[in-house]
Amino acid sequence: MDEILEILTNDARVTPEEIAGLTGKSVAAVKKAIKQYEKDGVIVKYKTLINQDLARDTSKFVRALIEVSVSPQKDVGFDKIAERIYNFPEVKSCYLVSGAYDFLVEVEGESIHTVSNFIASKLSPMESVQSTSTHFLLKKFKEDGQILAKGSEEKRLKISI
Amino acid sequence: MKYELSKKVEQLAPSGIRAFFDLVLGMKDVISLGVGEPDFVTPWHVRESAINSLEEGYTSYTSNKGMPELRKQIVKTLKHKYNLTYDWDEETLITVGVSEGLDLVMRAILNTGDKVLVPEPVYVSYGPVVELAGGKPAVLKTDINNGFKLTPQQIEKACVKGVKAIMINYPCNPTGASYTKKELEDIARVVKKKGLIVISDEVYDELTYDFDHTPFASLKGMKDHVVYLNGFSKAYAMTGFRIGWACGPRKIIAAMTKIHQYTILCPPITGQMACIEAMKHGQRNVQNMKKEYNRRRKYIVKALNDIGLDCHMPQGAFYVFPSIKKTKMKSMDFATKLLDEQKVALVPGVAFGQGWDNCVRISYASSYESLKEAIKRIDAFVKGK
Repeated sequence: MDEILEILTNDARVTPEEIAGLTGKSVAAVKKAIKQYEKDGVIVKYKTLINQDLARDTSKFVRALIEVSVSPQKDVGFDKIAERIYNFPEVKSCYLVSGAYDFLVEVEGESIHTVSNFIASKLSPMESVQSTSTHFLLKKFKEDGQILAKGSEEKRLKISI
Repeated sequence: MKYELSKKVEQLAPSGIRAFFDLVLGMKDVISLGVGEPDFVTPWHVRESAINSLEEGYTSYTSNKGMPELRKQIVKTLKHKYNLTYDWDEETLITVGVSEGLDLVMRAILNTGDKVLVPEPVYVSYGPVVELAGGKPAVLKTDINNGFKLTPQQIEKACVKGVKAIMINYPCNPTGASYTKKELEDIARVVKKKGLIVISDEVYDELTYDFDHTPFASLKGMKDHVVYLNGFSKAYAMTGFRIGWACGPRKIIAAMTKIHQYTILCPPITGQMACIEAMKHGQRNVQNMKKEYNRRRKYIVKALNDIGLDCHMPQGAFYVFPSIKKTKMKSMDFATKLLDEQKVALVPGVAFGQGWDNCVRISYASSYESLKEAIKRIDAFVKGK
């Protein structure tokens, strides 16, 4: 991956000026590259990774991973079914996977009932969906390579030769 | 009771910066750019293998020279990386960090009064290990205008009667200076001509940024002259495991092993087991850390020069050694006041030799966030002077 993208992946707030300093590239070149990445859809969005368990009242939301088996439609394959699924705002992420089922879908709702309702009334009735298996998330430890628990204090000495 | 101590030990110059270090260690909320070790924790796969070795009951002594599997792995890696060939059994010794290697080699080769060329600024233990072994350090001062590099001319000039060896450390702590192959070849010619033994401390070899690192022993005709010292501390962020190695001519390694077996016996087995894993599977982590350090290097050099502290671009390690001349302060004074007024810690240049009172060592083995904040504070400090 390009160095600019590596830096932004880790911290989206680093400015083009700072990236220039870190890479030895000119500010103009960095700005130009970022603009191009945005245009090409390589950079999709700048988001903040938040530990939801700390930021929100955990009694007011639940997340679930749903394994979805489908029968692909003629000519359109999985993409069309995926689109039907991921367009629901309840769906936080949606992956096509290999193995015993086809899609792994992450869904969020206010309670177990809202998630169940979504599955019962929206997901399962879809023509191509054959079966679903739902796992409610109990705790998130790591997300996008980031360990969510607060890091422990630095152990090394504050000064050494 | 009145103790009469070893004259040799009593004559060793006391470390002048101990008190300053204690001051830093006793202070809260300090941003420290004074740490001589990686800010990364040892990669998990390495820690996990250490835990596993304990669970499996690897808690015994190892062979004096170190575990064969580790020595074989080191030899294999050197061959692969540098096309440098050593016999794993006769020419390789596992030490307690490079520090032990330095001590062993001095005691193995020196007789009372032998002289050893020591570059300056220099890592603190170089002079003392020479003196403790009965030798006399002869200082080779480097120059900020030359990027703190030794020149073949100055080495040749310094080779007076009684000079037996030269210590060289690249990339260097505290300056970050390193040498291209061509520069090393020029030095090697003098080494050959004068018949010197080279003690080459290359513990920062993996952190070389602008060109490929060349081990001194890999230069044409140099293998018989060189005791090659390296370790796992910097490349794999394993300082606390205390494992290093020495490779060199059989006769010297055998002599070093003799001392090592009576004094150390062997480095801890847990560390040796972890190092096998690090060397076998740790290369990706090394590359990632190097990339990160390289970014911080570019940032810190520019930031310091912008502040007005004259700073060269080092080729390796994770240190810069800027001049504080413009502040007209001595390094200890600068460091103490900076700590007091801005709560930023760094190491006064005088720690690396008496002649370096107009420089300070800044370590960029700190998060980018800390570096940014520290630079802000150093800027405010310098402007206020």
